[in-house]
Amino acid sequence: MRAPDRVVAVGADLLAEAVAGQAVEVERVDWRPPMAATEADLATVAADPRRHDANRQAVEAMLAVTAHLVDVAPASELLGLERGQFLHAGPPIGWDRAPGPLRGALMGGAALEGLVDDPEDAVRLFESGDGVSLEPCHHRGAVGPMAGVVTPSMWMFVLEDLASGRRTYCSLNEGLGKVLRYGAYGPEVLERLRWMGDVLGPLLQTAVRAVRDDTGPVDVTGILTQMLQMGDEAHNRNRAGTLMLLRDLAPALVSHGDRSQAAEALRFIGGNDHFFLNLAMPACKLALDAGRDIPGSTMVVAMARNGTDFGIQVSGTGDEWFTGPAQLADGLFLGDFGPDDANPDIGDSAITETAGIGGFAMATAPAIVRFVGGTVPDALATTRRMGEITLAANPRWSVPVLDFTGVPTGIDVTRVCRTGILPQINTGMAGKQAGVGQVGAGLVTPPAEIFPKALARLAALAR
Amino acid sequence: MSTDHVTIRTGAYADSVALLQVSRDVQRVPGVATAQVAMATPLNVEVLTGLGFAVPPGTTPNDLVVAIRLEDGGDLDQAIAAVDVGLTPTRSAGAAREAEPRRTTGSALADSPGLVLVSVPGASAFVEAMDALDAGCDVMVFSDNVPVAQEVSLKRTAAERGLLVMGPDCGTAVVGGVGLGFANATVPGPVGIVAASGTGCQQVLALLDHAGVGVTSALGVGGRDLSADVGGTSTIEALRRLDADDTVELVLVVSKPPAPEVAARIEEFAATLATPVELALLGPGQPDLTEAVERILAGLDVQVPDWPVVGHAEPGGGGPVRGLFVGGTTCQEAQLVVESLDPRDHTFVDFGDDAYTQGRAHPMIDPTLRLEEVRRAASDPGTGALLLDVVLGHGAEPDPAALLAPAITDAAVPVVVTVVGTRLDPQDRDRQVRVLAEAGAEVHLSNAAAARRAVELARGTR
Repeated sequence: MRAPDRVVAVGADLLAEAVAGQAVEVERVDWRPPMAATEADLATVAADPRRHDANRQAVEAMLAVTAHLVDVAPASELLGLERGQFLHAGPPIGWDRAPGPLRGALMGGAALEGLVDDPEDAVRLFESGDGVSLEPCHHRGAVGPMAGVVTPSMWMFVLEDLASGRRTYCSLNEGLGKVLRYGAYGPEVLERLRWMGDVLGPLLQTAVRAVRDDTGPVDVTGILTQMLQMGDEAHNRNRAGTLMLLRDLAPALVSHGDRSQAAEALRFIGGNDHFFLNLAMPACKLALDAGRDIPGSTMVVAMARNGTDFGIQVSGTGDEWFTGPAQLADGLFLGDFGPDDANPDIGDSAITETAGIGGFAMATAPAIVRFVGGTVPDALATTRRMGEITLAANPRWSVPVLDFTGVPTGIDVTRVCRTGILPQINTGMAGKQAGVGQVGAGLVTPPAEIFPKALARLAALAR
Repeated sequence: MSTDHVTIRTGAYADSVALLQVSRDVQRVPGVATAQVAMATPLNVEVLTGLGFAVPPGTTPNDLVVAIRLEDGGDLDQAIAAVDVGLTPTRSAGAAREAEPRRTTGSALADSPGLVLVSVPGASAFVEAMDALDAGCDVMVFSDNVPVAQEVSLKRTAAERGLLVMGPDCGTAVVGGVGLGFANATVPGPVGIVAASGTGCQQVLALLDHAGVGVTSALGVGGRDLSADVGGTSTIEALRRLDADDTVELVLVVSKPPAPEVAARIEEFAATLATPVELALLGPGQPDLTEAVERILAGLDVQVPDWPVVGHAEPGGGGPVRGLFVGGTTCQEAQLVVESLDPRDHTFVDFGDDAYTQGRAHPMIDPTLRLEEVRRAASDPGTGALLLDVVLGHGAEPDPAALLAPAITDAAVPVVVTVVGTRLDPQDRDRQVRVLAEAGAEVHLSNAAAARRAVELARGTR
């Protein structure tokens, strides 16, 4: 038998040293004990004969998806959403446990739909529950940033995996500051939403359909590939993506619409660096949904927060949510706001990290590392560290500064429990009082305990 | 008056070998009477309690205990500083700028394959070993305390993929001349070994080395491989590997007697191989390892040498033999030999047994527990003869004779020691033997010969 070219040593350094002393290349693993009391479940899941192939299948299915922008239409048409039905971000929640920003967004949404004249009156409506219902976006194939409130009249992007015909949906991005998704519901918020419904939505529909029918639908996954090489991580920075979308849609917007309305729409999109986020998110969901429901797979297929709970769904455990308390982000605050003003983590936008971008692709977005309170070396280390808890590197989405390494993709519940490394999420911060809007941005992680919970379920299913 | 300081650090972890070093560093701080820095496993808590330290209730094996006993005027801050320095990972200046080290076996194998050596605590060994198999790599599991069901699962998976699992509880392997775990330095040669026992394998390596016969590969399979539960899965794969190696002329399987159905399976498989396979089975009525090696030598047409003895012990007052061993197989073999010759009530302790290693380094690395017991038995006039092993090789402590010699010098009873080692071992075997002999021990290379001699000495002068 040949002598080994390379030895990977995990455990006692002395044994690694003894091999290195014989002039063999030794890589030492920096092993540490797993999360408390997870050893038995980790062993059970590791022994599950389905796990290895199931994870490979989940990753391959996810990576095979390309998302195309095929339509824009109201939620009532697309999702059959009816009067009084509200979608929201994160795992299921009722009004009683809903945090300030979600309440504010629901109140604004109720006014937008004409259920109440004054948003303040909606409080009684939601408390009574008469004729209103709440449901997670994720349960309808949709995702929503921050509060993620979707009402029947809101227009949504439709993304499609052309190979399978599967679709996902997301509302149109309103911009920053006092906006519904951050819990603001003042007159200017509602006015903007009405313009988006009356003018922007129909214009985008015309343009998106024209592009689709003339040259083929906009390849959102392709734009993501490019924007990741242009300084966007597609969660807190979407500037390059937004401009590329404008490039693809502008001719059709101008040639098919009223000139002054088209100019207004172009100005609105161009003035909102986050416009593309609402395409990045459903593109990520479209990919991750392909990895759902594979028995034995330990891959996380959704991370989402409703401002009170942080929840994850895992491929091998179906639609079950594993939840724990949403955490406060650590970062920088706008104006006079401070930590006391911030609501815990909220939004479906962590779907970007679930798919390997956002915080996972920090290394590719040095322009914003200081915005979320870090340094460039931190950013490089973060992306590398996320490689410790993921199943694959995305061959399409690569990071130039890391020698074009693919972004770390497919969070593995077992690896999170083994290493104690939590997914790193870039996020905006909403004010905890309904109506305040955005107060800052920063970095946040899920509550650690949801991963052992998911692991325990995976272990139970493996026994 | 001395004062005790016990603090608990939750969430801190270091392996038992690193902690042994930290404890020794702290013990060297002036004014420190004694110090133990250890994970709070039940065994370590027992040891700490035995030393008189009060470990707070509710500590778990994931907590780090820092226990320091200061002499009058001792400086606690200085002792704590030594703990902190010891626990801080050292990195060369160049390495500090490199990427963070990998955190799992799986991520370390993501870019390139390698042979995996697992020595994490038993409860986590399976998961790391499975990473190796998932990456298509062979694995040696040095860790003990691995449940048998996990061993079966690991080996079944490996067999499906044509991979080799050495262990769990595999202390010794030589793969293509590279020693893994506690392995003796060997010269390449015609013999291949499949060993279900670490120190059994090391004894064979040492004897073959003395006879001038080299070994290129000695594949450990773990002590339970030939049990009915495990079914010899790794033994079969190891035999297949050695048979495929053209440099191997003869394969020796060293094991406890297998379960009958497993023995049949192994014999059936061995019969299909081009390379002859010899069995050396340890058990009542079986030849000892020295005899097995002599048979191998005869098969290779090599003359059997005299097994060396250095030093000389005189009988004392007589009494039962007390065997205090760091090797499981050396212990078992000695016990079999002694009990077959003398029906008295002898005692044998294997300090490498799982019960002594929960959260503690193996006695070949951390000799503390055995050394205490050696001192006790050596001063007990009821001991007929004290029988010890010293195991050399890669991974073992750098100078075991230096620690044992003072206890042997003070001994009131005859002391017989087997030194299991080869000429090329890093500890300098001949110097180790000399130091022990000069301290008054009679030192053998053959463990069976040492055991027979102990029986003779234990009969006493009367």
